Amino acid sequence: MTLQDEKRIRLYGDVRPWTAQEMASNIASDLPNGIYVNLGIGRPTRVAAELDPAKGILFHSENGILGLGPPPEDGFFDPDLIDAGKNLATVVPGGSFFSHAEAFAMIRGGHIDVSIMGAFQVSQDGDLANWAVPEQKLPAVGGAMDLAVGARLIVAMMTHTTSAGEPKLVQECSYPVTASAVVSRVYTDLIVANVVDHGFEVIDAAPGVDAQLVDRVTDAKITWCIN
Amino acid sequence: MSVEIVDRPPRALLPCPARPVDKRCNSLEEAVAGIADGSTILISGFGECGTPNALITALIEQGAKELTIITNNAGSGEEGVAALLRAGRVRRVICSYPRSRDSVWFERRYAEGTIELELVPQGTLTERIRAAGAGIPAFYTPTGVGTLLGDEKESRIIDGRTYVLEYALGADVALLRAEKADARGNLTYHAAARNFAPTMAAAAVLSIVEVAQIIGVEGSLDPEEVVTPGIYVDRIVQAVDEAAFA
Repeated sequence: MTLQDEKRIRLYGDVRPWTAQEMASNIASDLPNGIYVNLGIGRPTRVAAELDPAKGILFHSENGILGLGPPPEDGFFDPDLIDAGKNLATVVPGGSFFSHAEAFAMIRGGHIDVSIMGAFQVSQDGDLANWAVPEQKLPAVGGAMDLAVGARLIVAMMTHTTSAGEPKLVQECSYPVTASAVVSRVYTDLIVANVVDHGFEVIDAAPGVDAQLVDRVTDAKITWCIN
Repeated sequence: MSVEIVDRPPRALLPCPARPVDKRCNSLEEAVAGIADGSTILISGFGECGTPNALITALIEQGAKELTIITNNAGSGEEGVAALLRAGRVRRVICSYPRSRDSVWFERRYAEGTIELELVPQGTLTERIRAAGAGIPAFYTPTGVGTLLGDEKESRIIDGRTYVLEYALGADVALLRAEKADARGNLTYHAAARNFAPTMAAAAVLSIVEVAQIIGVEGSLDPEEVVTPGIYVDRIVQAVDEAAFA
């Protein structure tokens, strides 16, 4: 359990939120077979380790790889084979290498089925804010805007609140947006929710999480759709 | 904010269709199944090199009609694209060079007035197809400025030079020929038969490829060797290139 996980536990009282690994596992079990998926830098990369290999999903890396594999075992690394987070990587059978421009043609052309991205904020209309914070002196965007408009389905993997307890699911993003009305589903450490009709429809929740708790830490329209 | 409580079934998979891991078809008939009347079809090949003749023959048998085809040439002799024109299945051709030494069927159908022709400069044709696959809806090019093929188009001066606006050209289906494939649909080509195929593969909703050789499901192409990644490919089928043995 990470320090961040412990912080969240303090925020949510007796309720134990999902760990980053459990969030990754929730996403992994919801991915259909055979699709092509881009994992954002940071927390979303954990989805790969939770995935059943029998699903035949191939990971896209925007530096020019399809079929991104796990990190190499000690002593078997290739400095020319890295992922989008600049970590040493491997490639799986059925994969391929191509140019950076081709990697982004794939994204923008709508060929990537799912992009799983971290988020500072997601609005109830599916606006995604994940590239800049208002006071930032040195901005950086990378491939986030291309992925957010290009992939067929955008999934946000995020903690439900900031470490200070501020809601990250909001009526309107106060942070600069990466793209508007693009997020289809959010996986937080408290809930899984679809973005539908200007609001979040909660379809799953961590053990012990109820509608009242979610309402308290969310600044958006919430519909509880769990029996 | 208040919370509305509604009864709903438990969590579903993400709303995104699964894709086949094994894209091999058992027959040419299976490979062209479902192509509808009125479809727009990209067909690879430069002259008779890299043309998917086996798939075209299967498409003629399948019966789809009123087709728009996008291809560099409009067929020659009696095979391939020429056979499709001869069978009367095409109502519109978008191409760069329909006139060749033996383009009998195109000339006949065009003279009859049974097919329309949209003539596109070759580099513009290929770039329009590439743009469609890459999610670029239109682009500026200097080709065609001040000519019969460019005069009607929207233009813009950039850094003192005039360019015309050309729109992306995608399709419902691509019929392609490659040399080798693995089950996942990764492709390699042979020599100049590559031509339009890698670009067309990305620009169609349904990309169907005939290949000389398919590597079994237990093997795969070397990632360095792949020219067209399988993400662009939906169906593959083995077809012997009869021309190679003629």
